[in-house]
Amino acid sequence: MRPAYRTLIVAILAGALLAACRQAPEEPEVEPIEEPVIEEITAPPAPAEPPRVDREGNPVDVATGRPLGRTFYFDFDQARLSERDLRVLAMHAEYLRDFRNRSVLIEGHCDERGTREYNLALGERRAQAVQQYLASAGVRSSQIEIVSFGEERPVDSGNTESAYAKNRRAEMIYR
Amino acid sequence: MKGLIKAIAIGLTLAASFGARAIEIVISEGWDSPTKIAVVPFGGPPLRDQPGPVAPIDLAGIVSFDLIRSGQFDTLSSDNMLSLPTAPEEVYFRDWRILGMDYVVIGSAEILPDARIAVTYRLFEVASEREIRSTTWTAPGPQLRDVAHWIADEIYEEITGVRGAFATKIAYVLARNPNAPDASFELTIADADGERERVVYRSGQPILSPSWSPDGRRLAYVSFETGRSTIVVQDLSTGVRRRVAEYPGINGAPVFSPDGTKLAMALSRDGNSEIYVKDLVTDELRRITRRPSAIDTEPGWGPEGKSLIFTSDRAGQPQIYRIELATSLPDRLTFKGDYNARARLLPDGRHLVYVHRRNGVYHIAWQDLERDVVRVLTETSLDESPSLAPNGMMMIYATRLRGRGILAVVSVDSRVKYNLPSGLGDVREPAWSPFMTVDAQTLASRAVTAR
Repeated sequence: MRPAYRTLIVAILAGALLAACRQAPEEPEVEPIEEPVIEEITAPPAPAEPPRVDREGNPVDVATGRPLGRTFYFDFDQARLSERDLRVLAMHAEYLRDFRNRSVLIEGHCDERGTREYNLALGERRAQAVQQYLASAGVRSSQIEIVSFGEERPVDSGNTESAYAKNRRAEMIYR
Repeated sequence: MKGLIKAIAIGLTLAASFGARAIEIVISEGWDSPTKIAVVPFGGPPLRDQPGPVAPIDLAGIVSFDLIRSGQFDTLSSDNMLSLPTAPEEVYFRDWRILGMDYVVIGSAEILPDARIAVTYRLFEVASEREIRSTTWTAPGPQLRDVAHWIADEIYEEITGVRGAFATKIAYVLARNPNAPDASFELTIADADGERERVVYRSGQPILSPSWSPDGRRLAYVSFETGRSTIVVQDLSTGVRRRVAEYPGINGAPVFSPDGTKLAMALSRDGNSEIYVKDLVTDELRRITRRPSAIDTEPGWGPEGKSLIFTSDRAGQPQIYRIELATSLPDRLTFKGDYNARARLLPDGRHLVYVHRRNGVYHIAWQDLERDVVRVLTETSLDESPSLAPNGMMMIYATRLRGRGILAVVSVDSRVKYNLPSGLGDVREPAWSPFMTVDAQTLASRAVTAR
């Protein structure tokens, strides 16, 4: 109570002092103030925020304007995300934190090797890797849904290593 | 090993009964020679197994073809027979002894006043010159194929002492344009020889893991009809479908318990894939495995439903485990190879078949659990979904031929192999039915397609 009272007195005194100082050099103050005011009026209204999504509504990299990658690839029988994918996912997470009305469906997929049911579980584990990263980065669980298709929906039906590599993936679909 | 085995290919074209289809059966000669049997063309009026202008049905041809596919029999072509008896008094054993036959089968059919057909067969042993078995079956025309399979089952059992499994069905999934927008997935059932295919459920979304109820009247399978995996049980005689597992996450790998009242399955409703057992009567769900960081899936029942085997990657890579339901203590069964999955126990409970990766190639392996012997049964690649005939003698599996999914059959001693003929599309996920009663067999042959 008492220290607060004292502070108030100090503040009043300081204010009076400042007012006294300002009053003194009245003329030179006019010009420097006026110039920036004129500039404010003629300039375009505050440089527009760079767009956060592309025409399809998918988030873009704010720095480059290019859409963020939405497919993440995995090694055989693995569900670990690469460092590069984590950087991309960090940007997705930022967007999803800023826009709580947006949500994503994450699909997990596998190549055709191994059994179908095991791959169904492995595909889910891949989708969960993406889900868990987003959740840890502050995206709400209500914004994320996951589904596994196992090996049932390959993007490349070939049976070469390069086709398999394309099929071991998690895909993010904005809705 | 492979160098010692001389493979002989018998190209069979049973044009009359199998249309233009041909099945190549490869028999690797082993330690004992096949039993020689002559199945003489049956007497009686020409028979047709379905209405309409179709070729007469060759009952003896179907019986022969069943016996040949077991790998345990060598049959005699009718062109090489010295006589074609249709009645017991016409059988001259000397003729068959000259031809080196161990057994002779004759038969005849007659059309009854109610239009059903009575088929009588007689099995003779050449050495003793005795009739050792005979039966008369009565059935409507469309069921004549079942009659031929029943006859083959009896002959097989009489001679080998093992119950025959020719009068059984297979279920599988036929995928047309699986990766295109107009994809179609057809859950199909057919006779064990691939004949009389019937689509029981069709979807634009993938269908997986069909599993027969022990009475052969229902199928459980995984459908993506809702956009995510769902377990459905379908009644084959009514076509009525019931979604029995639609939990959040994966609903997969359904398998009926030996008494048909429960379904073992893989669910990820608690965060990761675990094994559960659902009681189909009370809907009670019991969780069996508890490994939050591991994939536990692909359950299979042990004899009498007291244990489950399953795939788990709890040790880093998929291996097969067994868990006693009373104690819930899991026990690892496979140690050879870095990928062992989707196991099935043989009816004796002492042997396993499963998908086994060796040098990066997926085969089907057989394992003796007591002596810890592992044998690779198949030589193709991407072999999947092994399913055993109910007598445990043969196994059907999915493999690839020229980039297309096909079904193949191998005997569990790996001496006999053949591919089932299939039409266009990708055939996968075979499931061999249990033994069926005459009733269930009839129902399955007339299975209704779900809408």
